[in-house]
Order: sequence, then C-alpha cells, then structure tokens
Amino acid sequence: MTDLDAFRAETRAWLEANCPAEMRTPMRTEKDACWGGRHFEFQSEAQKQWLTVMGERGWTVPDWPASYGGGGLSAAEAKVLKEEMAAIGARPPLTSFGISMLGPALLKFGTEEQKKDYLPQIARGEIRWCQGYSEPGAGSDLAGLQTKAEDGGDHYVVKGQKVWTSYADEADWIFCLVRTSTETKHGGISFLLFDMESPGVSTKPILLISGNSPFCETFFDDVKVPKDQLVGEENKGWDVAKYLLGHEREMISGMGLGGERQALGASVGEVEPLLRAEIAAFDVDVLAFAAMSERFIDQLKAGEAHPAMPSLMKYAGTELNKRRHELIMAAGGSDALEWDSERSRGGKSARDWLRTKANSIEGGTSEIQLGIVAKHILRLPGA
Amino acid sequence: MTLTDDQRMLHDSVAPFMADEGSIKTQLRHWRDIGCKDGFGHGLWKQFAELGLTGILIPEAQGGAGLGMVEAGLVLEEVGRNLTPSPFLTTAVAAVRALEGSAQADRWFPGIVAGEMVAALAIDEGRSHDPAKVSLAATRSGNGFTLNGAKQFVVHGASADVVLVAARTAGAPGETDGITLFAVERDASGLQVDNVALADSSKAARLTFENVSVDADAVVGEVDDGWTPLSRALRSGRAGAASELVGVAAGASDMTLDYLKQRKQFGKLIGEYQVLQHRAAHLFGEIEIARAAALKAAQLLDAGDPRADLFVSVAKAKAGRTSALAVQEGVQMHGGIGMTDEHDIGLYMKREAVLSEMFGSHRFHAAEVARLSGY
Ligand SMILES: Cc1cc2nc3c(=O)[nH]c(=O)nc-3n(C[C@H](O)[C@H](O)[C@H](O)COP(=O)(O)OP(=O)(O)OC[C@H]3O[C@@H](n4cnc5c(N)ncnc54)[C@H](O)[C@@H]3O)c2cc1C
Ligand SMILES: Cc1cc2nc3c(=O)[nH]c(=O)nc-3n(C[C@H](O)[C@H](O)[C@H](O)COP(=O)(O)OP(=O)(O)OC[C@H]3O[C@@H](n4cnc5c(N)ncnc54)[C@H](O)[C@@H]3O)c2cc1C
Repeated sequence: MTDLDAFRAETRAWLEANCPAEMRTPMRTEKDACWGGRHFEFQSEAQKQWLTVMGERGWTVPDWPASYGGGGLSAAEAKVLKEEMAAIGARPPLTSFGISMLGPALLKFGTEEQKKDYLPQIARGEIRWCQGYSEPGAGSDLAGLQTKAEDGGDHYVVKGQKVWTSYADEADWIFCLVRTSTETKHGGISFLLFDMESPGVSTKPILLISGNSPFCETFFDDVKVPKDQLVGEENKGWDVAKYLLGHEREMISGMGLGGERQALGASVGEVEPLLRAEIAAFDVDVLAFAAMSERFIDQLKAGEAHPAMPSLMKYAGTELNKRRHELIMAAGGSDALEWDSERSRGGKSARDWLRTKANSIEGGTSEIQLGIVAKHILRLPGA
Repeated sequence: MTLTDDQRMLHDSVAPFMADEGSIKTQLRHWRDIGCKDGFGHGLWKQFAELGLTGILIPEAQGGAGLGMVEAGLVLEEVGRNLTPSPFLTTAVAAVRALEGSAQADRWFPGIVAGEMVAALAIDEGRSHDPAKVSLAATRSGNGFTLNGAKQFVVHGASADVVLVAARTAGAPGETDGITLFAVERDASGLQVDNVALADSSKAARLTFENVSVDADAVVGEVDDGWTPLSRALRSGRAGAASELVGVAAGASDMTLDYLKQRKQFGKLIGEYQVLQHRAAHLFGEIEIARAAALKAAQLLDAGDPRADLFVSVAKAKAGRTSALAVQEGVQMHGGIGMTDEHDIGLYMKREAVLSEMFGSHRFHAAEVARLSGY
C-alpha cells in the first residue's frame, strides 16, 4: 500500500465517522450553503458540527500550511480528500470568499502577522468577508475607482461608495480597493481590510432578477482603517487585486461543471428529439471542459499555465453554466416556470437560471475576459 | 494532464520534422498538383519509419516503439497542423490496433514498421459512419470464406497492401455480434477498387467484392467476434482523428492570427478590431478545450480505463465542431484571399471536412455520448 492509499483509507474512515448524515444530502436551496461568520445562523446542528470538525482539521482549506490553520496536505492528498468527499456526497463545510479569494492573496502578499491573524480565522469560518471592488463608475474599468483613502497618520480615512458588493449586509469584514494617489490610474490603488462594523460603514441591499437579494450598495463615510490592515504596499494594490481576481475567476469557472461531472441528459427525463440533441451537444462540451479544467489545474500546479488562462477558464465555464440552465428550463417546460410553488421547490430552476446570468458579468464580464485573452495570450495588436 | 519529459521530447522532434518535411508546399500541394494516385508520398512514409513513427503503437518485441495513444496523438496533432498527407492514422494507428495480438500481426507489422506497407480499413457501407451496420457477406466455403458486397470511404484503399474488411458471418445489419474482420490483400481476385479523390485531395476507394475468396487464416481475431478488434481500431482511430483535428484547428488558427497581425484595412491592422479579437479569443478557448479532451481520451485509452469510450466520443465530437469553427473563421477572417486556391487557409477547410466525417461525425459521437450516459 502506498502512502497515498493509506491516506485514502484513513480519510475515508474519518469522513465516515465525522460527516453527519444530513451533510451528505444534496443542497436544495441557497440557504443550505454554510457561510460562517459572526452573524451566521446555522440551519441545523449538523451544519455547525460539520464546519467545526472540518475547520479543526484544517480541511476547509486542505492545501494551506498547517501553521495558518490549513490542512497542510500535498496536492495529491488534497485531491484524494476531494474525491472521498465526493464519493459520500459530502457538502462543502464552508462557502467563503475568504477561502476562494482573499486567502490566496494573503498567502502571497500578506505580512507574517496578517497571515497569522486572518488565515486561521478564515479556515474556521469565523470571519465572513465581502469584496469591495466595483463602484458606480468603475465596473469593467475597475482601475477607474474613486473611493478615497486619505492619510490620517496611523490610519487611513476612507470615503466613497461601492456597488454590487455581494452579501455586504451579512459580512463581517471587507477587502476593499481604495485610491491613495491620483497620479497614475493603476499605480494609485491600495488594498485594505476592515471591519464592516467600523463607524461610517453602511449598506443597502439590491434585489436581483432572481428575487433574491445577495448584494448591496456599500457606503463609506470617513471610515477609520488602521494602517496595519493594508495588504501589500501602498499604491501597489492593483497587483494584489489582479492576483485575487485570478482566483475569483478560477472559482467562478468551476461553475461550468454545475458542481457535477455527470451528463445533464441523464437527469432531465424524456424530452423531444431536438432538445435531446441540443443536450447531447452540451454534454460533449461540458465533458470536454471538464478535461480542460483538469489539465488547467495540473498545469497551474506544474507552473506551466499562462497567467491569463484563468480568464479563458472563467469565460468558457460561465458561458457553459448559462447554457446548462437554459437547457434545464427548456426541459422543465411550464413546470420550471412556477415561481413559488412547492412542486417547483420555490421556483428553484427559474431562480437558478436567472442567477446564472450574472456568471458572465461578476468577476469581470465575458467581453473583458476575451479582451484579456486577445491581448495577453494571442498578442493581437492594440488590444 | 501535463506531458512527461519523454513525450515532450517526442513532440520537440516531430514538430520541426512535420513542419519541414511534411509541409503543405512539399507534400499536400506537390502530390495534388502532379495528380498522384496515392495522394501521399511513399518517401515521406519511409521517413516516418526512420523516426520510429510507423511502429509507434507496435510492441517493442515486434520491432515497434511500444508507445501509446498519447504519443500517437502528439504526432497526429503535428500531422494536422501541417496537413501532412500520410497513411499514419489508418495504418500505424487504427490498423495496428485491429491487428495487434493476432496471427495477422506477424505478417504485416514488419512491413508497417519498415514504412513499406500501407493498410486500409473497409468498414462503412453507407454514406455515414455506422460500423455495426455491416451487411457485406462472408460465407464459408471450403476451408475459407467468400466475400460479396461493397464498401466505401476506404481511405488509402487503392494504395493499401492489405485491407481490413468488416464482414457479416452471422446476425443482421445493426448487430455487433456476427461481424468478422478479414485481412484481405488488395489485389485479391474479384476485388474491384475504384480510387476516388476526396475534397481535400486525399484518396478513399470504393470497393466491390465479387466472390472474393480468402483463407480461414485471413480472419483477424475470432469468427463472429470481429467487433472486438474492430472496436480497438475504432477507438484509437477516433481518438487519433480527434488529435489530428485539433492540429488542423490550431494550424488554421495560427495562420489566421498571423494574418490579423499583418493585414491593414481602414488604416488599422484588422487584428485591432475588437469583434475579430473576441472571435479569435473564443476560438482559442475552444481549441484548448478540444486539445484537453483529445488528451484525456488518449490517456484513458492508454490506461485501459472503462470511461475511455465516453471520452473518445467526447473528443471526436468536440474536435470536429472546434475545427469546423476554426476553418470557417479562418476563411472568413482572411477575406477574399481566403477564397483563393493560392492561399493555404482553404486547404484546412477541406481537410477538416474529410477528417470530421472519418470515424463518425460530431453528431454521431454526440449521440454516442448520450447513449453511453444512459439517455
Ligand atoms: C451577482 C453579482 C455579484 C457581484 N459581486 C460583486 C462583489 O462582491 N464585489 C464587487 O466589487 N463587485 C461585484 N460585482 C460587480 C461585477 O464585478 C461588475 O458588475 C462587473 O465587473 C461589470 O461591471 P459593470 O456592471 O459596471 O458593467 P460595465 O462595465 O458597465 O459593462 C456593461 C457592458 O459593457 C461591456 N464592456 C465594458 N467595457 C468593455 C470593453 N472594454 N470592451 C467590450 N465590452 C465592454 C461589458 O462587457 C458589459 O457587457 C458583482 C456583479 C454581479 C452581477
Ligand atoms: C468570390 C468573390 C467574388 C468577388 N467579386 C467581386 C466583384 O465582382 N467586384 C469587386 O469589386 N469585388 C469582388 N470581390 C471582393 C470582395 O468585395 C472583397 O473580398 C471583400 O470586400 C472583402 O475585402 P478583402 O478581401 O480585402 O478583405 P479584408 O477587408 O482584408 O477583410 C479581412 C477580414 O477583416 C475583417 N474586417 C475588415 N475591416 C473590418 C472592420 N472595420 N471591422 C471588423 N472587421 C473588419 C473582414 O470582415 C474580414 O473578415 C469578390 C470576392 C470574392 C471572394
């Protein structure tokens, strides 16, 4: 038996003993996602326990160093863990912008103190984070942001407005891009972390077309932020922001698989022949994309991936995910159009379908991703 | 899914070889313009042999390189990129897989390894790929069989020394049981070969069998169980065709990107227009996805993984659609010059059409994906 086989056997036994039965059932609504944080209301005791045991083991972030609250697993071991969790249908113990976005940026750009301070809390789901990037006048043109951070000695004074801040009203802390200099567009941006309970922070929810309200307008009215909460150097936040975006895009691209690698056609039941043909063509695309995701991850680990590849993954994955939900709606017919009925599980298909339309907008639109590929990979002129 | 050092070395030697010796100008255009009956050069096939490529899948004990589909795929991607005409896919990949382990292998492998033999596959009888729908009849007579019927789309059929013929010894068309695979010499009496030029200037024969007698030892594998060697040939042929299609797509796309960077209209390089940039970037993504799918299929085949059939169909379907997009965008973005015979981009379009049909179109394979996924 190799070490990896032994690890697999131990992992399987541990999961068997520690993953509550209820956490092995598919998630039914958005509420089943566990976000953690100061104000999170657990749906059940099982949900809380699952987060606790996985957090203690560092298995919410299996490949982070153990000294920062991670599992300290090798890439191969982390893959085994993922496979074993999938084998029993285990839910992710934690859904977190801290894990998928801020964490990797802190690991790369944070001071030793910041790492020791924030990373273990992220791993255990104790701080829920939100992302303060977009502003009313700065969406695709993110570097056009205006929110100001003025020097107040040992702290900054932040004033301005953010928009589209997902879950700002439920988050504990924000990672936020601010302008510390107006001399150059990209060179005057800094990356700050601060508590959403700081005086001067307020949020106003925005309702989405799906009927849910996951994001907000966020206002900063002379918010004091200690200077040791600056990540990276002052005026060099754009590098941190871009690095983080790479991870965000990678995360969003995974949604093209709809969380599952199984053929869509196998789950939609009887459909008319033309739709069946469309679904089969979609399944070809999704299975081929699964192969590319696997190759991309392997290339990333081997240091062989082009730095602009996450843009391509994000583009391809999100366009597929939108197509998946168009097909689910088509297969569902009039049943899928019911908005609040019990039979439609509260309009789950329709709401999911509408939510996916944001996939090609959030984290940078598809057009922006294609522009990045054209410029940085294909080296087309003037792009 | 990254390449090993050996695989990288193979790629690094094959890529410049194919670009120089197998270039469009020296091979495809040359043989086309002189009206060669084979559509490819035997000299180049010999060079393939000298590089150890003709025996790439043949076990070392039988004089081959003993490598797998991943390696064959690397070669085929370069073949596709340069539109290099050769019997590599039919002979060194599909036929070798069909013959492996049989008594017929001992007979034909040495010639294949030496680059002196060409083998062809005679499977399809109708105008679209449907390998179970064999009706060409093989009836027992004496200690052998008599073959009657017809085949089409037998690629390199007229150049082949041996043709692997799927015939029906039992059952009905549409059934996979009752098919027997025969190795028939091309000059067997009663076998009429009509050499047909295809759109891409390759050659695929129509064969007519009129009381063609073969000995019992012409059977590859078992009588009535030709589906087993045939499936091996089809799996590797399909995966190989997917890799070649990825090469065709990449070659067309590279040519187009070069053009976008040099052609000026309205005082700008046309590559500066965002509408073309986005289409080029989308195409690049599709090619990357198709390449990953082809690699995945090859790896699963080499590992003997049960999911191989599913991924072979995914790869063939994805590569077919992707290369169709690549050649269509290629001709369109070249504007008028793309419509001329003088320019190479149109040659990619013609090759794509033939390769996409060979071993099953993207529609055939999407239907396979559905069937293998249980719907
Ligand atoms: C569900 C959801 C969640 C989000 N969560 C967050 C969050 O948590 N934090 C956060 O900071 N932001 C968040 N966003 C904001 C998101 O990042 C922006 O919406 C996105 O970057 C696009 O900016 P915009 O909405 O201002 O659109 P615009 O930039 O105004 O774009 C409008 C249209 O013009 C196109 N366009 C713009 N520039 C170009 C160009 N150069 N070339 C071609 N086309 C162009 C775009 O592609 C788009 O189609 C979220 C958005 C959504 C929908
Ligand atoms: C079969 C055939 C018959 C023809 N017959 C005639 C005829 O009888 N009389 C005649 O005068 N001409 C004729 N033409 C020429 C034809 O009108 C031109 O080929 C056509 O206008 C395109 O110009 P081009 O070939 O120089 O391509 P280009 O202008 O170089 O275009 C190359 C690519 O760049 C794209 N492109 C160029 N500018 C832009 C832009 N601003 N924004 C976005 N994309 C852009 C084009 O769409 C194309 O995809 C014929 C062409 C063909 C193929």
